[in-house]
Amino acid sequence: MAIEVRIPTILRNLTGGDKAVEGKGGTLDELFGDLDTRHPGLRDRLVDDKGLRKFVNVYLNDEDVRFLGGLETSVADGDSVTILPAVAGG
Amino acid sequence: MRFDSLLDSLGRTPLVGLPRLSPSADVRLWAKLEDRNPTGSVKDRPAFYMISKAEKEGLLTPGCTILEPTSGNTGISLAMVAKLRGYRMICVMPENTSAERRQLLEMWGAEIVSSPAAGGSNEAVRVAKGLAAQNPDWVMLYQYGNEANALAHYETTGPELLDDLPTLTHFVAGLGTTGTLMGVGRYLREQRPDVKIVAAEPRYGELVYGLRNIDEGFIPELYDDSVLTTRFSVGSKDALRRTRELLEQEGIFAGISTGGALHAALGMAAKAVKAGERADIAFVVADGGWKYLSTGAYGGTLEEAEAALEGQLWA
Repeated sequence: MAIEVRIPTILRNLTGGDKAVEGKGGTLDELFGDLDTRHPGLRDRLVDDKGLRKFVNVYLNDEDVRFLGGLETSVADGDSVTILPAVAGG
Repeated sequence: MRFDSLLDSLGRTPLVGLPRLSPSADVRLWAKLEDRNPTGSVKDRPAFYMISKAEKEGLLTPGCTILEPTSGNTGISLAMVAKLRGYRMICVMPENTSAERRQLLEMWGAEIVSSPAAGGSNEAVRVAKGLAAQNPDWVMLYQYGNEANALAHYETTGPELLDDLPTLTHFVAGLGTTGTLMGVGRYLREQRPDVKIVAAEPRYGELVYGLRNIDEGFIPELYDDSVLTTRFSVGSKDALRRTRELLEQEGIFAGISTGGALHAALGMAAKAVKAGERADIAFVVADGGWKYLSTGAYGGTLEEAEAALEGQLWA
């Protein structure tokens, strides 16, 4: 078992076109670090020195991680992480 | 109830209990029926407030042209008010919205400028900003950044909810412009500091997220995440399933975004049951299902309906 991470179209150039990849780690930050070893550059597109980038939304099992623990949010095998760019509604 | 005119009848919508979908007598769900507004959606409230504010400030005078980027409901509400007040209305709308929305806009006299499907409402905002720059005499009310949008809910929707349900513990609504959640959320937090404010954000098909660059993302100027307790992303399949459950179990014929809000509301209800806590959870029925009949949302299997919605803006 691992953590499934769904990748938005705009970042699939870093995953060889894959819509979803798998990774491991105890926190979101560790998970992104793990993904970056196989998909170099991915972490930098998601995170800057202040944390998650402004227009990047990350959901753990459909809940926005900004309301959980940000990059320190705990993750575990079997979880599903979805990355999406922030877009307008209404 | 008697009113002097249609606009005077705005608001004071029913709050109805959901005896079948509520998990227990201690954990109850309540639907705020915003489809019972003059044009059939919650957007009548901000539209009326935004136009009234612009009139008071002298920005709008008879014969003026109003411009607005909108995926539908706000445009329909603005078009109705504009027609009654004598303004020309131009809507910039993504081309991947339902046929009914276009027909309704045209019926109330709005002109429609289509923006590309890829990028969804982001593109509509971009196109509208371009048109506004080329036509400085047009008035863009700009629902994403106009304080009157949230104020409408702070002054009307929020107080109505507490009047009808003083024991309210949770408020759940769809997240688009964020006006409903910001306005109602601020009001409720002042009155009930422990209230939980929960956003249900629609998760569309990939086309809608087809930005060229992640830095082209968009966050409404009205958005303040400190008002929210949490925020869920609800995919079209869950939204459709809940929309159908609401119809089957409670007889309420709602639009698809309402299914998204119900999905988050049921999630909060399950948490309350698990924790052994009492809960009165109110959620917003943003509009009725009429405008979505052509999308196939209510017929066939869930999988067929989901496939038909792929790439459509359903909230």
